[in-house]
Amino acid sequence: MDEVGKVVRDYITREYLQEGDDREITETTPLISGGIVDSFSMVSLLRFLEKKYSIHIPAEAATPQAFDTVQSIEALVHRFQRTEVSV
Amino acid sequence: MAFTNTVRNCYQTTIEEIKAAGLFKEERYIHSPQSSEIEVEFPVGSTIKKCINICANNYLGLSSHPAVIAAAHAGLDSRGYGMSSVRFICGTQDIHRELENRLTAFLGTEDTLLFPSCMDANAGFFEACLGEQDVMIADRLVHASIIDGMRLCKAMQDTYKHSDMGHLEEKLQEHQDKRLRLVITDGVFSMDGDTARLADIVALAEKYNAMVFLDDSHATGFIGRTGRGTHEHWGVLGRIDVITTTLGKALGGASGGCVSGRRELVEMCRQRARPYLFSNSVAPVIVAGALKVLDLISTSTERRDKLEWNTKYWRGLLKDAGFDIKEGDTPIVPVMLYDAKLAQDFARDLFDQGVYAVGFFFPVVPKGQARIRTQLSAAHEKRHLDFAIEAFRKVGQKHGILGLGKKELLARCAA
Repeated sequence: MDEVGKVVRDYITREYLQEGDDREITETTPLISGGIVDSFSMVSLLRFLEKKYSIHIPAEAATPQAFDTVQSIEALVHRFQRTEVSV
Repeated sequence: MAFTNTVRNCYQTTIEEIKAAGLFKEERYIHSPQSSEIEVEFPVGSTIKKCINICANNYLGLSSHPAVIAAAHAGLDSRGYGMSSVRFICGTQDIHRELENRLTAFLGTEDTLLFPSCMDANAGFFEACLGEQDVMIADRLVHASIIDGMRLCKAMQDTYKHSDMGHLEEKLQEHQDKRLRLVITDGVFSMDGDTARLADIVALAEKYNAMVFLDDSHATGFIGRTGRGTHEHWGVLGRIDVITTTLGKALGGASGGCVSGRRELVEMCRQRARPYLFSNSVAPVIVAGALKVLDLISTSTERRDKLEWNTKYWRGLLKDAGFDIKEGDTPIVPVMLYDAKLAQDFARDLFDQGVYAVGFFFPVVPKGQARIRTQLSAAHEKRHLDFAIEAFRKVGQKHGILGLGKKELLARCAA
């Protein structure tokens, strides 16, 4: 897990786990299919990533699959960081 | 495109997937009026069975109340069967406006607009009242109809952890740059039976200049000292900007819902809410029945008080028997089983014992949170609850879960 992954993991723990929920979020913990993040509240994660990394993630890329693990979110952020740079 | 075998197969595959996932829903045919004792045909074609019903939203037991039925008959005779129109063409009778005024007085708001259902009220409100410059901040456990309504609206969506006031405050701070802020919550959450911390929500909304939206469908008629709802319970009558609620639960249980609140918000719905604009008026017979319901509950708290007694009694029975229940004081009492299959088996066994209750599991509730949701009614007599607890005890013994706490039940599921 790189720096982006750690930031994402910390945000998810803070934003989505209820008080007293001591589940550990790892790189591969299923977030959406595992019921930690639902597709409805995924919006705040998307907004957080866009603001934090100054990127724009288009709706077609913000799929439940792309947001399902810290690993996949990490990859998504890197992909759009590169896009921003190349533009 | 014709409905070819390829198309048919496509749907059949999906239906099979739903079945394989254990999510296939089947209706049970009831051959009697809605009540605490009902006659059920299940599975289809089997002998009709008498059951104690412990899963209806018939909180005040008014679904088949003689006075409501008589008023509905009278309404049918005097105002006819249907309106064959939406409200704003030729679908508004005097009694529609009378019911809106009576609901306004009962809920302590400024104005009310009837909708075909509360689902429609929730589907229509947000798009009608908010735009791109605004933000909606919802509790994460709000009802599915609110989520659908929010998705139809262009305002920014955000959510806060269930009943977490610190998290809500963070969100309100974060969105101070928006034109309008709307905090959205259920009054009583339908799956857990807990009550929103409405006094805290209102205080935060006032501090951060936000409006409050309350879906009080599982509260109107019986929560609060005189049954006005969650806002009465928390002492914030008149401080909620918009309340949506239903006639389909405590208030007679037929159908219909409303948006009730600030005059301008209600007017925006009358002008712009699509489910209001493009669907038929609530049928006159239902309006007449609902007016009688309001007569009954405005003049006496007897039914609400009986429901409160039944709730306490039932919660006590379940705890004494060794069940793990969600704490609270509302008539929604979830019996926690955690495991989806166990919840399904448990409901089936209860039915065999003459008790009609339903198992809920993912995606209706979070994974690992399967349960039997029991719901009390003022139509329940003590003997109904005594009968039901015996059935619960027998089935609990059969599955070896009596006296087990959450950890033991979870361990049992994992085994």
